[in-house]
Amino acid sequence: MSEPNTLLERQQSIAHPTAETDSAALAALVRRRRRRRWLINALRLLLLVALIGGWELGARLGLIDSFFWGRPSGIWQQLVTWVVHGTAQGPLWVQIAVTLEEALLGFLIGVVLGISFGVLLGRNAFLAELLGPYIKAANSIPRVTLAPLFAIGLGLGSQSKVALAVVLVFFIVFFNAFQGVREVDRNLLANARILGANRWQLFREVILPSALTWIIASLHTSFSFALVGAVVGEFVGSIEGIGLMIQNAGATFNANGVFAAMLILAAVALLSEIVITALERRLLRWRPSALSEVTL
Amino acid sequence: MQHSQKNVSSASPPMPRSPFQEASGDRRPTGSTPAIELRQVTKRFLTPRGQTYTALRDLSLSVAPGEFCALIGPTGCGKSTTLSLIAGLDSPSAGSVLVMGEEVHGNDPRIGYVFQTDAVFPWKNVLHNVAAGPLFRGVPRREALERARAWIARVGLAGFEDRYPHQLSGGMRKRVALAQTFINEPQILLMDEPFSALDVQTRTLMENELLQLWSALSASVVFVTHDLEEAIALADRVCVLTAGPATIKGIYTIDLPRPRNVAEIRFDPRFVQLYHDIWEDLRDEVMISYERAKHSS
Repeated sequence: MSEPNTLLERQQSIAHPTAETDSAALAALVRRRRRRRWLINALRLLLLVALIGGWELGARLGLIDSFFWGRPSGIWQQLVTWVVHGTAQGPLWVQIAVTLEEALLGFLIGVVLGISFGVLLGRNAFLAELLGPYIKAANSIPRVTLAPLFAIGLGLGSQSKVALAVVLVFFIVFFNAFQGVREVDRNLLANARILGANRWQLFREVILPSALTWIIASLHTSFSFALVGAVVGEFVGSIEGIGLMIQNAGATFNANGVFAAMLILAAVALLSEIVITALERRLLRWRPSALSEVTL
Repeated sequence: MQHSQKNVSSASPPMPRSPFQEASGDRRPTGSTPAIELRQVTKRFLTPRGQTYTALRDLSLSVAPGEFCALIGPTGCGKSTTLSLIAGLDSPSAGSVLVMGEEVHGNDPRIGYVFQTDAVFPWKNVLHNVAAGPLFRGVPRREALERARAWIARVGLAGFEDRYPHQLSGGMRKRVALAQTFINEPQILLMDEPFSALDVQTRTLMENELLQLWSALSASVVFVTHDLEEAIALADRVCVLTAGPATIKGIYTIDLPRPRNVAEIRFDPRFVQLYHDIWEDLRDEVMISYERAKHSS
């Protein structure tokens, strides 16, 4: 159970427990919920085992061609090799660090730019109307296609990957920030103005917190896009990084290598998701918890 | 001005609470400068289709200092527009709006506004919602929070300082909104159907509390409502507006004695008489607005 339920009436009813039968019923409820939890976890594990076991079995029986589609034991071996002996481009952790750094940098720059422009245009109807068509046009370009351009202009180092990540992240955050600023409740704005807020206070105390719901929702998708930007940038031309590992594995028909690198990327993305969710919990404490409790 | 008045709320202990009793004191309109004056005010809007829509036409109204004035009229007749003109949120197309004898320019710190919908900040807890006004106006943090605590206690929410609005019931949120407005000690209080979203029992309770808070504040009130009972029970004067474009159709002085108990005053023969008289006036406007709504849909 999360935070205490707060209506006055409920508090009163909690303050006066009627009988001991209540606590017995409550205990039964808790037991049932715990059992359900346990069942779900067990079934989840079973599903995973069945999936991986089926894949491995299929590969061993020749139903799945492991040359093209890999197999779990091969992927595991590849991971062990990378961890123990390093990759063709050097130690594994260096590759992870390089890609993560590119993604993180692109993410941060993209988020800052996206929020700044989103808020600016959201607050300035004239600018929004002036630039609107161009922003829509720019947004309709499939932006990963910019990768070769960045590789030519910024070289094979990390700048070209960061640039791609920035471009991918920017538009997501921008549109959300813009929308968030536009959707601020007019009553809240009027109320703050009458209570005495000046322009800056209006922005900091009303517009920003209100838009934050939208902005933070966009951060979940934008970090995975930052990773995509970094990896695709590395596909196109690089000297290190997980993208290059995938590129190399593909070029040498090493299906297990592709899967193994994919797993590493997934782990990185999952970790970042945890960090962003924690951030969200902290910044959006004021929201009804029922919304954030049901997650998939 | 904030500083000169702050002692009233922070130093004096919260008033003893007796929800069905309002502090006495005669506050009939006096002959001095009106607190609020609307002179031949017309307000037109441009609809998205490019046509003009007249919300108010030649509306003249004056509210004396300390007077409780209720504006009543059919739905969508321009009552809220009137309030936003007084609050300086919008400006008239013709005519003039005066507050304390001066033309309205932008926001006036002497004005408080209670909105129809929830306008408390969902990301601030009760304490910071109530303290928002003083903090915006540059009162030192400690003092602002102290005053907020006193007001929270005064509206009966002591112990709920850390709660966020979504954790409160509708009536409690309304109390937060009242404390948030009253902490600024407005001389003019504008209320836009503040209790229309509440259930009937909570509403009566809140009306009594409003009268009690108001009597301690001695502000001029313009209270917009579409509920005639509420208007008569609360106000010194009830102004009936015509179906849009709004103009004054009739003004009724409510000579019911104060302090009033909103829950019981409805049974007073004088109340019934007033209700009957004003309803005669209001009914036609309600019918007009109803017919229009039927034809436009």
